[in-house]
Amino acid sequence: MSAVSETREQALAGYNFAYLDEQTKRMIRRAILKAVAIPGYQVPFASREMPMPYGWGTGGVQVTAAVLGPDDVLKVIDQGADDTTNAVSIRQFFERTAGVATTTRTAEATVIQTRHRIPEATLRAGQVLVFQVPIPEPLRFLEPRETETRRLHALAEYGLMHVKLYEDIARHGHIATTYAYPVEVSGRYVMDPSPTPKFDNPKMDDCAALQLFGAGRERRIYAVPPHTRVRSLDFADHPFEVQRFDRPCALCGAADSYLDEVVLDDRGRRLFVCSDTDHCATRRAEGHVGPGEEEAAP
Amino acid sequence: MPAMNAAPEAIPPAIPPAVPGTIPAAIPLGFAEPSLDSQRVFRAVLEALARPGQPQRLAGLADAPRPLTPELAAIALALADHEAPLWLDARLAAAPDVAAFLRFHTGAPVVTDPAAAAFALVADPADCPPPEAFAEGTPEDPDRSTTLVLAVGHLTEGIGMTLAGPGIPGRVRLGAGPLPADFAARLRRNAAGFPLGLDHLLAAPGLVAGLPRSTRLVAEG
Repeated sequence: MSAVSETREQALAGYNFAYLDEQTKRMIRRAILKAVAIPGYQVPFASREMPMPYGWGTGGVQVTAAVLGPDDVLKVIDQGADDTTNAVSIRQFFERTAGVATTTRTAEATVIQTRHRIPEATLRAGQVLVFQVPIPEPLRFLEPRETETRRLHALAEYGLMHVKLYEDIARHGHIATTYAYPVEVSGRYVMDPSPTPKFDNPKMDDCAALQLFGAGRERRIYAVPPHTRVRSLDFADHPFEVQRFDRPCALCGAADSYLDEVVLDDRGRRLFVCSDTDHCATRRAEGHVGPGEEEAAP
Repeated sequence: MPAMNAAPEAIPPAIPPAVPGTIPAAIPLGFAEPSLDSQRVFRAVLEALARPGQPQRLAGLADAPRPLTPELAAIALALADHEAPLWLDARLAAAPDVAAFLRFHTGAPVVTDPAAAAFALVADPADCPPPEAFAEGTPEDPDRSTTLVLAVGHLTEGIGMTLAGPGIPGRVRLGAGPLPADFAARLRRNAAGFPLGLDHLLAAPGLVAGLPRSTRLVAEG
């Protein structure tokens, strides 16, 4: 018996490989190919109802289902963590419907589905990063009409977005957008990187992995091919900057990772720890130790 | 897809009428495992378009009726269906077995207007219609464009056209042939018209390379 049929036997009986029917996968695959050919452009697709509500990654799940093969190793993260509800349930979904191997190790994964983070470890060629996207249109909150936003993209007319960033500066003295920070892909389309912290924006530039974006409710797929220029929008006198943390991770001591605040009790005890759980666990396994819990402010 | 408003062709019966108690005249088999095989073909094509000019391994369908090459057949079966019409070049259209095979396995309409096709299968690249004959998309819907799948005899890395653009770290060189005589001009047209344009897949025995519209031809020297 071949390895393939063994894999399929482990999967839940009664479902096609990776849940979706073949015609749906072909439709999604054609949209993905056009998305890759036109970096940053949002390709409409006939998003299906999935066995999870909108907002829980239905777009990402459909893209992953169309990409996934029996030899892939899947990792799913939610805000950087492998062990939160959304990540656990999507990982189990594909374990059951595709019988694929799963991992929490970024380096071992071939397909990584993510909600709102890019792993800290540098991604490599051959990996596919699938983003779950709630609102794919970066101009949506500035121009609610789809007919108009399509025209603005057709004309590469992104003045509105610069006005929004400028108003940030006028009001706050700096660009106050901290997540879903708009990027320009390969010098043409302005794209929403999904609600990742802007801390992750530089990782998208010249990334060796293929980045795919799926928005289920809004029915859009877009992509950034490997080694593509991804520039965060900014001004000459207000260049793009990522946030810095004034302390290292309490557990692993990493000074260069994105930190989550963990509240420990109602008396002000708290920890700042890596949002990327695999990054933190890997560093601790290597012997790195953080400063631990800080004294609560009096 | 470009064919939305195109009138469907009159479709001749794909399968010769069956004589009771016999198996209809042979249409070669398609994928042995349709779900897994089409996923493998898709991933090869995805890698090819995501890394332009860098050939990827592609397992073809050995039984495809000639002059349809095994690689053209595999790409068509993996990606075409009733929503994604196929266009066949003169050499393929001259062989009725090819259209019958593709109709039977994909259910895709085989259209005579190249601009109505989602995928154009070209067995004889030297005889490929000009780019403006195909759908190049519209400024608001650049994705509604034809993907050209050209059968080439060889794909060789490191020699030939010098290419740059998204998916290419620095520059790559790709040698391929035979190609349309004006292929360089076609790539320049793509670059000038971006985001409109045609996406190309070059399929050689066992290999596929992508030249999406985002890829630029770099002048030598």
